[in-house]
Amino acid sequence: MIIRFAGFGGQGIVLSSYVLGLSAALDGKKALQNQAYGSESRGGECRGDVIISDEEIYELEPLKYDVLVAMNQPAYEKFVPLIKPNGTLILDRDLVVADSAQEPEGITKHAISATDIAFKKFGRKIIANMVLLGYLNTLLNLVSEKALAEAIAKNVPRGTEELNQNACQHGIDLARQEMKV
Amino acid sequence: MEHTAIQSTSAKKHKPAQPFTREEFERVRRVLKKKVQFAQGDVAVAYGALLAGCRFFAGYPITPATETAEIMSRLLPQVGGTCIQMEDEIASVGAIIGASWAGAKSMTATSGPGFSLMQENIGYAAMTETPCVIVDVQRSGPSTGQPTEGAQGDIMQAKWGSHGDYELIALSPSTVQECLDFTIKAFNYSETYRVPVILLADGIIGHTREKIELPEYGDIQIIWRKEPTVPKAEYQPFADDGTKVPAMNVFGTGYHSYITGLTHAETGYPCTDSQPDHHQLVQRLCDKIRDNRKKIIMVERDYENSTRDETVGIVSYGVTTRTVYSAVKTLRQAGTPVNHLRIITNWPFPEQEVAELAGRVNRIIVPELNLGQVYHSVREAVDGRCPVTACGKIGGEMHTPREIIEAINGSAD
Repeated sequence: MIIRFAGFGGQGIVLSSYVLGLSAALDGKKALQNQAYGSESRGGECRGDVIISDEEIYELEPLKYDVLVAMNQPAYEKFVPLIKPNGTLILDRDLVVADSAQEPEGITKHAISATDIAFKKFGRKIIANMVLLGYLNTLLNLVSEKALAEAIAKNVPRGTEELNQNACQHGIDLARQEMKV
Repeated sequence: MEHTAIQSTSAKKHKPAQPFTREEFERVRRVLKKKVQFAQGDVAVAYGALLAGCRFFAGYPITPATETAEIMSRLLPQVGGTCIQMEDEIASVGAIIGASWAGAKSMTATSGPGFSLMQENIGYAAMTETPCVIVDVQRSGPSTGQPTEGAQGDIMQAKWGSHGDYELIALSPSTVQECLDFTIKAFNYSETYRVPVILLADGIIGHTREKIELPEYGDIQIIWRKEPTVPKAEYQPFADDGTKVPAMNVFGTGYHSYITGLTHAETGYPCTDSQPDHHQLVQRLCDKIRDNRKKIIMVERDYENSTRDETVGIVSYGVTTRTVYSAVKTLRQAGTPVNHLRIITNWPFPEQEVAELAGRVNRIIVPELNLGQVYHSVREAVDGRCPVTACGKIGGEMHTPREIIEAINGSAD
């Protein structure tokens, strides 16, 4: 499973990919994470890739992705053509205006108001990434919730652990509700 | 830097290089915390260094090697070591040479532009037989090139970057775990043969996170340099004791020390106008590596039981090996027998291993992230036994498995 998180530097793109990769490693899976960002780390183009597999990972730089999590318009426009057929697109609806004409045929699209939820429910836009991470993980059943919680607890700034966990849990709940319908 | 003469005035404070005690090793393990981690290649290099007993790091930050310096600056003081940010990379190698003579295992880390600056002092380290480890997290060159993009363009420079005849050792990791493991090996080779050892990592593996497992005491071998035991008056610092690697007179132990990049006699003093002395010294510097090639050279062979006519050969090293594994799997599924030789020790070059491969295959391709470097060494070793094709790629992207397969198919006849 190849997942790309993309957006601006400062949105927690690299952290999301790191937390997901670490969770997979904690679950005993093969996992690989890498990132690319512009020379200005805040506000520049930023992406974080995660590969999760039961087998050895040979391709460090895949050309196509099973999942794209897009957190801004340029990232959406640049990377949406790289989603594999039958892949999944997850959008922050508050930051991306989707254009179906650009999207590969056969993909599944999910859009949530991650930034709005992060601001209105938790008072911090900056944790939109955790809402998306919890949502993505439950939707696609990538890693155990125990590993995800452990990875978040160890890697978010001290004092914000509960906030981040709650934001992640909110994403998990959103996905569960959606899957019930 | 030509001469370094040190009197043993501060002998009281001096702590000579000593094998790790279990207690010291476990102190490092406590500082490194969890046994299983999800870490970057650059971080794994720093961990490997600390576990090997490195207690001195000097460097100048450069993408994509900065994380190694960052971790060393944070963790070295916690294990009683020293980390210095130097004014440049020339000084960085100067500092690790000095630290090594003062009894510490020492390391620096850089990328292409810094590695170019280091060449002068790498030659000095080779001539003075100074154990030290130089990590080159390769990025696209020439010059400052593409700072954030990985490459394999410094392979030839690692061997031929300084002037004159000398041998050194260079290793290429392909996984984050190997960044840790091979850094330990680099220190072991460096201490065993008193030679600078280059770890040829790259920006891709340096910045990739993967699961690593930290070794426990007893899991790994940790080697320390041989120190003199003869009476001080009898000691000849650069005399061959039969192993071609003299015992090292670490400063402050009371053994006379005179270290110079000039051609020197067995006493250590310069003798720059004697052909036999120069020949004897430089021949020994080369032979101590060449004679031990079987112990130093590491390769991985994945060969099939097939006839030469139907079998193709691939020679790979470093991060490109990962893509080759994938290509080999696909080729075999399609019914093409492949023999894959993965080079771990780039220098000294595994000539015999490549020649042996050439006897088993109808052609060889050499995928690498440059426009053809190891390709030339392979061709030399193959010596006409079969055609050799370069499969270079530059610009910051790795080969796709398909590109390697196409290069193989395209190299037929």
